[in-house]
Amino acid sequence: MIEARGLSKRFHDKKRGEIRAVDNVSFRCEPGRIYGLLGANGAGKTTTLRILATILEPTDGTALICGHDVVEQPERVRANVGFLSTATALYPRLTAQELVEYFGRLNGLDETTLKMRLDDIFSRLDMNGFRDRRCDKLSTGMKQKTSIARTLVHDPPVMIFDEPTLGLDIMTARTITTFIRECRDRGKTVIFSTHIMSEVEKLCDVIGIIHDGKLLTEGTLAQLRERYAEQDLEEIFVKVVGPLQSRAEA
Amino acid sequence: MNLNAVGIVYRKEFTEWVRDRRTLISTVLVPLFLFPLMMVGFSALAVVMVGKAEKETPKIMILGGEDSPQLIASIKKLDSLEIVPYAPNWKDEISNKDIRAAVEIPKGFEKSLETGRSETVKIYFYDGEMKSSFGANRLEKFMKDYRDSVVKDRLAAKNLPASVLSPFAIKQENVAPPEKVSGATFGSFIGYTVIILCMTGAMYPAIDLTAGEKERGTMETILSSPISRMDLVLGKFLLVFSASLATAILSVISMGTSFAILGHSNLMNSSGGQTLALNLGLLSVVSVFVMALPLAFLFSAVLMTIALFAKSYKEAQSYLTPMTFLIVIPAVASVMPGVELTPKLALIPVLNTSLVCKEIISGTYHWNSIALIFASTCVYAAAALFLAFKTFQRESVLFRS
Repeated sequence: MIEARGLSKRFHDKKRGEIRAVDNVSFRCEPGRIYGLLGANGAGKTTTLRILATILEPTDGTALICGHDVVEQPERVRANVGFLSTATALYPRLTAQELVEYFGRLNGLDETTLKMRLDDIFSRLDMNGFRDRRCDKLSTGMKQKTSIARTLVHDPPVMIFDEPTLGLDIMTARTITTFIRECRDRGKTVIFSTHIMSEVEKLCDVIGIIHDGKLLTEGTLAQLRERYAEQDLEEIFVKVVGPLQSRAEA
Repeated sequence: MNLNAVGIVYRKEFTEWVRDRRTLISTVLVPLFLFPLMMVGFSALAVVMVGKAEKETPKIMILGGEDSPQLIASIKKLDSLEIVPYAPNWKDEISNKDIRAAVEIPKGFEKSLETGRSETVKIYFYDGEMKSSFGANRLEKFMKDYRDSVVKDRLAAKNLPASVLSPFAIKQENVAPPEKVSGATFGSFIGYTVIILCMTGAMYPAIDLTAGEKERGTMETILSSPISRMDLVLGKFLLVFSASLATAILSVISMGTSFAILGHSNLMNSSGGQTLALNLGLLSVVSVFVMALPLAFLFSAVLMTIALFAKSYKEAQSYLTPMTFLIVIPAVASVMPGVELTPKLALIPVLNTSLVCKEIISGTYHWNSIALIFASTCVYAAAALFLAFKTFQRESVLFRS
């Protein structure tokens, strides 16, 4: 379970002064459900997810991941989280197997469990053909599968995906979306950020629209359709974000 | 601190390190081959070049001397010189290396000798040009011998012995053991080289494990794992430190081997013909290594901290280039003649280690200075590692964009 409580993150920029990347964001995400964080570029999605993964520390507020506080117990939080984004690259000089083993060991798995997990994951993801190949020799699809294996190796109850399909071809993106669905079906708590409407419609049980660091609205797709009297998610997004965007531009 | 996690990070970094070609060059190949190349290679090359230059019969031009036929005849008789006809552009010919030197015989030279009037014979040459100097030296030696024979004849004419001109002789004699002599000659160079190689060995892994991670996008991957940042920094630091030490060890081995080869050859003869025996016994090798330890520690922590500020490998290299000068300057200062180890200098990092290495290699062990240098460098190293830990906590550095 993920519970964000008034999360805020401020950065200081020499030219622009103080920037509120995340501004008092609160939400809950239950096990066996996918929470979709929908927003334009620079809306605050990545910062929010990085805070949940304890890569960044919040300026105010906090979040609980499986009952562990992101500020007080960041290492425990990370042990319960699988974090995947287009920015989480692979070590080029390690083989796919060495890389997954490395993260398994960092997560405290003993060698017997690690071997069982590797065999299971590599078979499930059809990775046995390239497990001994160095990561810098892998295709984009193979790299994504290796990244997925990395996030799964310690079988975390919470999965955080930050725009995981950004820049990927259709087939590779499909591998990712299938994997996200599988995570939900296995009872994991999943949070997923994107700006691609179709992905949200297909995958998410709960949708939160974020803009300028603020969570403007949230609900199931049905609830949002009813609330904004629109069927199309893109239209809903425009209705929510549009007025603020126009005001900011004015 | 979780030592198991530190070990996991270290093993992974080590695997990647040994698979990196750049590392192999900077950590293994450079220290292994630099010393033999510099010491044996350059010495052998210098011997060959000097020998070749000495074998050449220099072309010499005589300016004037038409009224001194005996002197001219004596010069022309010499097999070691080739006399070429006079040309008015003789200066250009020397500068263009067409001839090696010219000797100017003053007008009425032989007549002046008879009357006892002193004249000056001038030898013209190209300063800094080895073959020209050899030619000028041969001319000078001939003229000195000629002068001596004139003096001898004059003394004989007055029934005086040759010893009247040298009532006593002066001779300088070295009393320091040969290893101290060679230590003073090569000690500063060895300390300097070990220090520079320690830094070179640490530089590439330090960049690769910090800015390199950022550039490749693996920093976020590792930060999302449960390892604490302190354990992560420590694992990375130990690898950089190992690389620096590996370079130091290889350079010391290579240095010992190079001097052993030189000791068995005739390449390293002092001007007195005495072979410079470099006493690189086990104690001095171990001592140089022990003194290099805290410095390698300091370099590793400082280089990692600085490189972490960079977003890319290239940017890190540009940050570390001025750093190289900061290290080279005190190391070079220690090589300067007359720079001796004092309590104040013992507190200046790099310079202190370089100076103490010089003393150790010449067989001098001032234990108080050694302890002070070791302790002060350890303190600097610990402070640098603390700074590295702190820098790894800073989001503005880790996610600089």
